[in-house]
Amino acid sequence: MSEQAAYRPGELEAEAQAADNRSRWMLALPAVVIITLAAAGPLMVMVVYSFLTPGDYGNVVWKFSLEGWMNTLVQRDIFDDTLIWADAHLSIFWRSFSLSLITTVLTLIFGVPTAWFIATQPPGKREFWLFLITVPFWTNLLVRTIAIQELLRSEGVINLVLLKLGIIDAPIQMMFTNFAIGFGMTYVYLPLMVLPVYAAVDKLDFRLVEAAHDLYAGRWTAFRRVILPLIKPGIIAGSILVFIPSLGAYVTPRVLGGGKNLMFGNLIELQFGQGRNWPLGAALSLMLMAAVMIALMWYVRVTSREQSDG
Amino acid sequence: MRHVLAAASALALMAGGAYAKELNIYNWGNYTNPKLIEKFEAETGIKVTITDYDSNDTALAKVKAGGHGFDIVVPTHTYVPIWISEGLLAETRPDQMENFKNMDAKWVDVDWDPGRHYTVPWQWGTTGVVVNTKYYSGDINTSAIFLDPPEELRGKINVVPEMGDVMVMAIMYAGGEPCTDDKEVLKKVHETLLNAKQHWLGMDYGNLEKFAKEDLWAGVNWNGSTFRMRLQNEAIAYGYPKEGYPLWMDSVAVLKDANNMDEAKAFQNFVMDPENAALISEFARYANGISGSEAFMPEDMMTAPEIVIPEELKAAGKFNGTCAPETQALYTRIWTDLQK
Repeated sequence: MSEQAAYRPGELEAEAQAADNRSRWMLALPAVVIITLAAAGPLMVMVVYSFLTPGDYGNVVWKFSLEGWMNTLVQRDIFDDTLIWADAHLSIFWRSFSLSLITTVLTLIFGVPTAWFIATQPPGKREFWLFLITVPFWTNLLVRTIAIQELLRSEGVINLVLLKLGIIDAPIQMMFTNFAIGFGMTYVYLPLMVLPVYAAVDKLDFRLVEAAHDLYAGRWTAFRRVILPLIKPGIIAGSILVFIPSLGAYVTPRVLGGGKNLMFGNLIELQFGQGRNWPLGAALSLMLMAAVMIALMWYVRVTSREQSDG
Repeated sequence: MRHVLAAASALALMAGGAYAKELNIYNWGNYTNPKLIEKFEAETGIKVTITDYDSNDTALAKVKAGGHGFDIVVPTHTYVPIWISEGLLAETRPDQMENFKNMDAKWVDVDWDPGRHYTVPWQWGTTGVVVNTKYYSGDINTSAIFLDPPEELRGKINVVPEMGDVMVMAIMYAGGEPCTDDKEVLKKVHETLLNAKQHWLGMDYGNLEKFAKEDLWAGVNWNGSTFRMRLQNEAIAYGYPKEGYPLWMDSVAVLKDANNMDEAKAFQNFVMDPENAALISEFARYANGISGSEAFMPEDMMTAPEIVIPEELKAAGKFNGTCAPETQALYTRIWTDLQK
């Protein structure tokens, strides 16, 4: 009897634990099923298609081929059939990649102070500022991008104001330049940086900052040694949220940059459209995904190492 | 009681609506005159739904994938043979339809659909160059406008990113034939395009407003679109490159797996009526292929320099055929290289 009494509560606990686990899994099941079907399914299609032969007018022929993958990196020269690096693909990839990096850095520069400003407002006012941050999401991306044109064009708002003030005497060509792309991308992705950083700053214990000042840390030192490490999770989340979609962005670069140079997204689209080379398109998409994953893993590793060093 | 009756009749109407005949049209965006559709609905009692696409390849890929629910598609002539050979179109025999007599004889025996067994003309036009004459007063009937741009226009040029049209213009400028796979010619094309690109400002669609507001001064464009630009800015002119320029025609075809076959055929017959064809042109500002439609068109369509091709430049316009897949692949490579 005494043995049993000692034994059974533990068993009951384990059983309760198991039941709890089961119900949690059951709760998560719908999401897991959707993610598996909606993400893994199409991904498998892409993997299979990337190993097939392109059909004459789009689509694929069910014949195994490594051509799609090979062509992502090396191609036959158009004119003399020698094997050469697919420099077009590489330079287009680099363009998208560097644009994403620049966008991430710019949104950090503008986003962190904004998030800080909002988080240090009196509690009643924060909601109002956060609400303002979400306003752009009410309008379609394309409409907003076209609205930016009205600011940047030769006879646009910025040029007219500068001309009126006598700062310039001829309109500056801003549309269709890299400046326009950077401007537009930063504007579009800024909220995705502000929101996670705000969440991190909001949780920041300001007594720690005071303590840093008490220990004779200047503003910069306090920021670098105390604040930055504490809001780092928000910065990491924001950077990821900005970097990944920018890598695939092509509406903004096309409308504001004039579409003269392809982005990686356009290159993929070309293969599924006028280029009629679906296996190459599939291989390029998978390559992009792999690049994103590697970049992310590297980023998370480096930043978490710094954190443990700090 | 009156309310109940009203509600009941509203319900009856709605139920009736659900059983009414339908037609699903899949066409280029901003291309279908709403008045045309209203007229068709009023005359036939068929409810029309229009869905937009932005390129021939989008339309082809979507329909090939199946489950689209469309009855009618409007491909460009170069794509019609592909649609037919892929077995996607129904042989509706427009040549045996009542209004076929209105079709201009020169559009009956066309390469892409000899004798018109599948398709009916929607609109046809040219791809040429657009120039704002305020900034350049030289000869504009040449592809040099964008391939070897005059000093005055450099840096203000837009080329539509339509691979087929731009490649054909560059090939003819280099002295080749459309769809050529001659490596010598293509090498020249490659060089010319790469050299010219430094003088271009953009490669984008939908520039009506940018030309009207003079953000852009020159470029490659379609005639009807240029017509619409000129209506907003009188300095804009359209040039027919003497080295050669593409002609094209978009045609109404019925899909083999259409759910509403009879309604779709009725629509094909409907657009061959001169009055209806005129409505198509009135909206998008391109010519149609139906004789007698002129009588119903706005005055300015008859004399517009974008519609009436000058006699001496008529011969330079060519309908390009459907290029072989291998040739198309070469063009894609040059095109990618141009935009890298």
